[in-house]
Parts: sequence; C-alpha cells; structure tokens
Amino acid sequence: MARNAKPISRIAGIAAATFVVVAVLLAFVGIGLRVNTVSGLGPAEWQAIQFTIAQSTLSALLSCVLAVPVARALARRKFWGRTFLITLLGAPFILPVIVAMLGLLAIFGRSGVLNDMLEMIGIAKVSIYGLQGVVLAHVFFNLPLAIRLLVQGWQGVPAERFRLSAQLGMGPRMVFRLIELPLLMRILPGAFALIFVICLTSFAVALTLGGGPRATTIELAIYQAFRFDFNLGRAALLSLVQLFVAGGAAVLAFWLVPAVTFGGGMDRMQKRWDAQGNGTRALDGVCIAFAASFLILPLLAILTSGLRGLVEVPLIVWTSAWTSLWVALVSVLVLLVVALPMAGWIATSRRASVEAIGLLGLSVSPLMIGTGWFILIHPYASPTDWALVVTISVNAMMALPFALRILVPSIRQTAQTYDRLSGALGISGIAFWRCVLLPRSRPQIGFAAGLTAALSVGDLGVIALFGDPDRSTLPLQMHRLMGSYRTDAAAGAALILLALAFGLFGIMDYWGRRNAIA
Amino acid sequence: MKYLTFAAGVLTATSAFAETPILTVYAGDYFTSEWGPGPIIEKGFEEICECDLQFSTGDLVPRLLLEGARTKADVVIGLTSDVTAKARATELFAPHGQDNSALTLPIEWTDNSFLPFNYGHTAFIYNETTMATPPDSFDALLAMPDDVKIVIQDPRTSLSGLALVLWVEAIYGDKSADVWAQLAPKILTVTKDWSSSYGLFTDGEADMVLSYTTSPAYHMFAEDDFTKKAAIFPEGHYFMVETAAKIAGTDVPELADAFMSYVMSEAFQTVIPTANWSLPSALPTDQWPEGWAQLPLPEKVLFYSEEESTAVQEKAIETWRATLSQ
Amino acid sequence: MLSLNKIEITQGSFNLGAHFDVATGQKVAVIGPSGAGKSTLVGAICGFIDLRAGQLILAGRDITNVQPDGRDMAMLFQDNNLFPHLTIAQNVGLGIRPAMRLTSDEAAQVHKALQRVGLTNFGSRKPSELSGGQQSRAALARALVQSKSWMILDEPFAALGPALRAEMLDLVAEVAAETKAGVMMVTHAPEDAQRISDSVIFVADGVAHGPQATAGLLDNPPPALKAYLG
Repeated sequence: MARNAKPISRIAGIAAATFVVVAVLLAFVGIGLRVNTVSGLGPAEWQAIQFTIAQSTLSALLSCVLAVPVARALARRKFWGRTFLITLLGAPFILPVIVAMLGLLAIFGRSGVLNDMLEMIGIAKVSIYGLQGVVLAHVFFNLPLAIRLLVQGWQGVPAERFRLSAQLGMGPRMVFRLIELPLLMRILPGAFALIFVICLTSFAVALTLGGGPRATTIELAIYQAFRFDFNLGRAALLSLVQLFVAGGAAVLAFWLVPAVTFGGGMDRMQKRWDAQGNGTRALDGVCIAFAASFLILPLLAILTSGLRGLVEVPLIVWTSAWTSLWVALVSVLVLLVVALPMAGWIATSRRASVEAIGLLGLSVSPLMIGTGWFILIHPYASPTDWALVVTISVNAMMALPFALRILVPSIRQTAQTYDRLSGALGISGIAFWRCVLLPRSRPQIGFAAGLTAALSVGDLGVIALFGDPDRSTLPLQMHRLMGSYRTDAAAGAALILLALAFGLFGIMDYWGRRNAIA
Repeated sequence: MKYLTFAAGVLTATSAFAETPILTVYAGDYFTSEWGPGPIIEKGFEEICECDLQFSTGDLVPRLLLEGARTKADVVIGLTSDVTAKARATELFAPHGQDNSALTLPIEWTDNSFLPFNYGHTAFIYNETTMATPPDSFDALLAMPDDVKIVIQDPRTSLSGLALVLWVEAIYGDKSADVWAQLAPKILTVTKDWSSSYGLFTDGEADMVLSYTTSPAYHMFAEDDFTKKAAIFPEGHYFMVETAAKIAGTDVPELADAFMSYVMSEAFQTVIPTANWSLPSALPTDQWPEGWAQLPLPEKVLFYSEEESTAVQEKAIETWRATLSQ
Repeated sequence: MLSLNKIEITQGSFNLGAHFDVATGQKVAVIGPSGAGKSTLVGAICGFIDLRAGQLILAGRDITNVQPDGRDMAMLFQDNNLFPHLTIAQNVGLGIRPAMRLTSDEAAQVHKALQRVGLTNFGSRKPSELSGGQQSRAALARALVQSKSWMILDEPFAALGPALRAEMLDLVAEVAAETKAGVMMVTHAPEDAQRISDSVIFVADGVAHGPQATAGLLDNPPPALKAYLG
C-alpha cells in the first residue's frame, strides 16, 4: 500500500507543540535569569512533597474504589432520572473550585447539614479540615470522573457477553469475575493515574481545607516561595519537582488511561439477567442514592445561598462576568488553534508519545509560568497590559492535555478511515480538515471547547499576580467581595460563576452534538 | 460609573490623557476594589492634582523585587511594617518628606521612608450570641476547651497571619512552641488569606477568627450588626500599620510628593475608617467618624520595629510550622 | 414441541409477531431480508428480549418468563461467543457448570467435546490464538456439553468462507444428532438452509411465518420470499 501523500500536514502540529514547549521553557528561563542562589529543599518543602503525594494517592484510590459499585449500579439499573444523573456526573469536574468549596462547606462543614444531622442523632461531629477534608473535596471533584470512565467501560462490553453469561446461568459473582473484573483491571489503573495527577497539582483545595501547615501541597509551597519569601530559586526547584512527579504520573496515566470517548451513548444501558435479587437491587439503590446526594447536595447549597446573595451583587460583578466570558472565549480559540493541529499530528504520528507534550500544561505550575513571563515581559512592556494575554495562554495550556485526550482518538479514527478515500479524491491539507476532520470530530471539538471555557471561567489564575484593577475576572471579583466582608454578595457571585461555567460548557457541548452524524 | 466608560476610555486614552501627567500607585488588591478606599482616594486626589491617578494591583513586595529599578510605580501604598525591611532592601524608595510628629499612632514612628496611613491590631473576633463567655486574656484563650474552634491565617502567605506569629512571639517569647501546641487542637484550619478565614467565621464554621480590632466596626456601621466583638486581652495586641512610600526613581516627583502629603490630609484620613475599616494614622480621636471612638481598643500595644521583626520572623514562623505540623 | 403462541415483540417502532409451532428435533432455518427481525425473533425465543404479548411453550412448559439459562436452549451468537481472557477449555467448561473449577469427570467431558470438534490440543489456548473457524468449533463444543434440547444459532458462521461454513454446518448437524437437539439457525444464505434444515421460517414485514418444508418453499417461493431471494 503506497501512501506517499499524507492528508494531514505535520508542520502546523509541530509548530503548535513547539509553541507550548517554548512557552514553558521561556518561563523557566525567565526565572533562571533572576535566581541568585539555589538553596536545597528544607523540611517544610519535603513535608509538602510527602503530603502532596499522600493526599493524591488517597484521593485517587478512594475515588476509584467508590466509583466501582456506583458505576456498576448505574450500568445495570434503569430508574427515573438516570439520564439526568449521568449528565450531572460531568458537573463537578467543570465546577470552579472556589465555588465548589462553598457548597462542600455548607454540607460537610462544622456547621453544615451533615453535622447538624449527626448532632441531632447524637453522633460526634466529623471534621472536614485536614487531610480528610482535602481528600473529600478531591473525591467530590474526581469520583464522577471515575464513574464516567467506568460506566463507559461497562457499556463497551459486548451485549453477547452478558447474554452468554445469562444463558450459562452465571450468578453475580461469576459475572463479576468473568466480565467485570477484567474490565476494572483495564480501566482502573488509568483512572487512578489520571486522578492522581489532577490532585497532585491541586492548590485551592488545600488552601482552605488543609487545616494547617502539615497539609501544604507542592503548588502551595511554590506560591509561598514566590509570594512571601520571594525565593525564586526554591520556587523554581519546587516547580521542577512538581513537573517531574506530576509529569511522570501523567505519562503513566497517558499509557494507562482508556481513550475517553464522550458524547452520546452514555444513557444507553444494557439488559442484565444476573443481579436480579432483592439484595443486589437494594445495594445498587443505596450506591446510586449515595452518589446522587454526594453530588447534588453541595450544588443545591450553592444555589440556595447564591440566590439569597444575588440581590446584593453589585454592578461591577456583572462587568467582571463579562470580562470572564470573553477571556474564556478567547482561551477556547487559542486552545483550538494549538490543540487541533497538535491532535492532527499526534493522530497520524507513528509515535503517539508526542501527546506527552500536552501533559506539560497539567504538570507545570501556572504561577511559575506567570512569574517567568512577567520577568521576561517587564523590561519591554507593562506586564499589567499583558495580564489578560498571559491569563488566556495559561488557561489554554491547562486545558490542552484534556483537549488532546478527547480529540486525538476521534481524529485518528477519522484519518485512518478516510485517508485513502481522501487521497483518491485529492483532498488534503486545509481541505481535509474542513471537509472531513472537523465535521467528523465536531462532538469532540464541542466538548473540548466547553471544557476549556468552563475551566478558564473558574480559574483565579495568574491574573491575580499582576492584575489591573479595572479589568478583573469574576473569580477575582468574588475574592475581592470576600475580602471586603461581603460574604453574601460573594455567594451571589459564586452562583453567577457557576451559571457561566455550566452555561458555556452546555452551549458548546450542545453545538458539538447537534446534528452530529453518528 | 468609570467601569462603564472604561471601554471608551481605552480608545481615547492616548489622546485625551496625552497632556495629563500620570501618577502610578501600586496597591494591594483589596485596596482598589470598589469597596476599598481606592476609588474615593483616586477621585479626591485627582480633584486637587490635575493628574490621572492610576492604581496597579498585585502583591507589592514580590512585584517590586521582580521589577527592580525598572518599576513603573511612583508611589507604593499598603506595605505593613513587617515587610518594609524587604522593601527597603530594594533601595527603590525616597524619603517621604512628611512630618512624623503629625501622626496619631499609639506608638512612636521615626521612619522617614515609610509613612503610616492606617493602623489596627490583631484580635480574635467572636459572635457574642454564640459565644457567651469569650476569653478575657491570651492565657484564657489557650485554656479554652478544644472544641472551641478558631481560624487563623498562614504567616507565609498572609500579613495578618504573620502578625499573629509575631504577637505570640511578643507575649510568650521562648515559650511560643508550647503556646502553639496548646492552640493546635483549637485551630480549625489555616487559610491562605484573611478573607477566606473571615468567610468561614461569618458562615458559622468557626467560633473565633484571627482578624483586627476594627473588624466589629464593619458589622456595626455597615450592617447594623452589634453581635461581632473583638476579644481584648490585657497581655496586649500586636500593632499593625500600613504605610505609603515614594519611589525614588519616579518621573513625576512633584506629584508623588503631593500624594504623600495628601495621605496626611484630613480628606484622606477621614476616608480610612469606613472605607478601609481600620484606624486613621493622622487624625485625632475626636475627629473619627461617629461611634468609632467608642470601639474597644487594647490598652497595651505590642510592636516589633522593622529590625526586630526581621530578626525574629524566620524563627517564629518555623516554630509555628514545626509545632502545627506535628 | 416449541410453541410460539401469538407472540408480539416491540422494540421502539419495530414490531414483530409470530404464531406457530416447531416440532422437537427439527432443524429450522430462519431467513428474511436484513432488518426484518430474524435476530430479534431468536433473541426473544432464548429469553434475551421481552415479549409484549403471547406465550412461549417448550415441551408443555410455559417459559415466557423463565431466565435464559432455564430455557433448555443453547445459543451461539454472531460473535463474542468466547470470553477472550479464558482458555478454550475454561470456555467450554462454563457450559457444564458456570464456575471456574471442574471435577476430573467434568474435565474429561470437556476434553471429549474438544476432541469431537477437532480441537484436541487446543484446550489450553486463548481464543485469540485460534482462527475464526476454530473459535466456532470451540463454541460448538460448549453447546455439545450443554446438551440442551435446542441449539439456537444467530449467524455464528457468517464471517467464514463458503467451504468452512459448509463444514461447520455439517458439524452442527452432527452435534445436534448426538445430543438429539433441535436446531434453529438464522442465516442469510439460502444454500445454508438447503444444506441442513428440514424447514424454513421466513421473516418479513413484521411477521415470522411458520416453518415450511425447505425444498418446497425455496423451489416455489411466495412473492415476498421471491423478492428476497431475487
């Protein structure tokens, strides 16, 4: 089979990847220019590294273990609201962290709903602060992700396999051993690694729920090194540690993670003949009820306190919402300009390992990139004028690994399926993108765009580092409200932020799926 | 209003302001927010200076260190006395040129570079409806049962958190580690910044929060809520002062000087209480807004000078970290 | 005898009705245009698809609501007939007992079945190491040990070449003869029907027509079948 002309040019993809690598390298160069002395890591830093790894491991482990019974229940039960619940599973992942914290505190906090209930029945209060709080919050964000990956795996099991087991009269135990266990072994390692990486770079959660200096994450230690000690050497060193630990785990995750396919099909369910007993039914019911309340209650709390505070929200918050909106839209644009050519390159490259470049964005500290660029920009221009440009670029880079994970499989499949037909018709380059790749991958593009928009709307990000008082984003404004004693108005702003994140995601995802050809 | 016209302003900025000199003031993020003193001060100063005052926000000391001599700042406002040593080391600052004897601080101030514009004291705030018997001394605070929860701030990221560490150091000195060990079970959580802590307190998560003696004033005068109180301790309270300073390399030295004297003016000083929710640095008590003179304030004030603060900071923070990490 | 007593199946907007009997031990082919509902019909008979109305009676027993494994039927699907991570012997063993451990007697039974389908030395291999034809043989070996009164085949050999397919059909006939089982086989190839079936069920336009003798029907087809055969 002679394939002398590839329909996708590699040049654009290589250029985009180079852009990402250069952006990260430049940040390190910027910081390197100002490092005078590099002191080693002290006990505080080692403690931060240990804590970070411990909490990430626990969070990932717990998310995965809890996801198994819930995903199994969702995959084999039909009930009212099932489609809604599965859609809702996507919510925590795109929920801005500062908003989610309000909801989690309202439910699990010291004066939250849970403790009020425990007090009523005379059980000792539980504390959300400390390691358990950090893990709880991370499980809240990532359990749904694990559930989604698993439900997807369950749906990938050929229907004949369940029919065969039914015909052979296998009970739930045998079905678990023969069908479900191999499935879990295939999906869980990847899900674990992915969640581990996400938790590793977590910053905001440990800020409030950590409980004290023993719960310092690496990212928080970087922040302290920059902000308080202004020890650029240590900040750079910590950034490198984070890059290696997170990058290592991310590369591992990349090899293990099942391709994430999204869009339709999640609400399809398979008929099952095992697990018809009342015991398993009850168990599944409990699992579903548990997962649903764990997800829905904090969201409801945000909604109720937000609605109360909405009347107190000053006009400036709406102005900031507008800024956040267009920052998100431009971030999406930048992301697509970088991610699409990169995905095209990766999808047609023999060595898929180039996708690892995309993971840089997940492993590198945004604060470090911001500071590095600040140092580089400052001699030539006012960094304040560049605040939004930097914010937009960092947002796009943070979303890049997710976008690639979503785009690459679809583009790879499309390219493989149609490359000979397109070759025969002489469709290549831009035309191949326009006529074949983009329309075929529309659901994935919509999903990736929605994810990027939601993530960048919710990110407090580097803008706080060199902000301009006249152009602030919504999370920053929410932060200012809290800093001026206006907690109620901040709750109102949180609700607007939530609506903006979900709205943007919903619209873009809908755009992608509308008229999508299966 | 200015936010609405901002977009239009950007387009015409270069032509309209071409002849208007610009005074660039670096300030903390809270300072310039719509609810901080920034907008009022900007308006007040622009009325008398025939200039354009532009705030630029961010973390002050890291930013000055990053920018060095190339800084665009003409004036910096919001440096507390616990970080002025670091700021001073940049050698970017010029004498403030104001008369320190006009200050009405509870301590003596002799610094010629950093000019105080407000002050307050660290204090634990409680809600008297939920806390019937608040501690009446720092010792009593330490003796509280462990189910009374307090939230504090991280001294490595927050100036109020740093002030607490110095407060403990000032009262207890070598016994600080024991003090932290006694406080540890009562500490609900340590937040990055003051606002997260205070949010937890107003949400009812904590019984007490590390804040300022002037915090109850906000609730009293802005919300008509008289239930929030500062616990006043006879051991004394750590004094926190925020300063303004002039950058030596400014290209508008006259404007910078004018701003420094504006800081000392009655117009500026009367804005501070209700906009910054802190005490003015150069305003006799009888000129404070109504009700402010009645605020319970500590009789004894603890304060480390810049040199003392620099000398004890690192050790005090490490004691805090090491004890709370166990 | 297997009786389909006025059964009706509804899946979305698709409807299929059937009302006929099939005698025990018969070999019946199910043919019809694609999408007519051949697989749906056998799926319903085996208990994988619920009936909207009607009853299924097997040897005087109402099996309408009986679980698939209690229906005295062994089904071979189009694909995925073997668990990919189990050995061939384990896969066949599941037909005797749905557990992973077998007694030595049972193991011997599995060995004999594998011998019977010509896979004597393949017991320890994984399905992926076998050719398509060999995988079909393994599935047949399992049907052999299951020893049910009906073998239901949903085009399991569709992917095989003509010669191999004919070979497999002959093997099916032999296995069925040994276990005295009836065979119901979905196919889209009339020559398959001619090769082993006594009679033909023709499915078209929402109706599954009762079995008619293969030779007569294919030689002299009614209009709908004639259109399908071309």
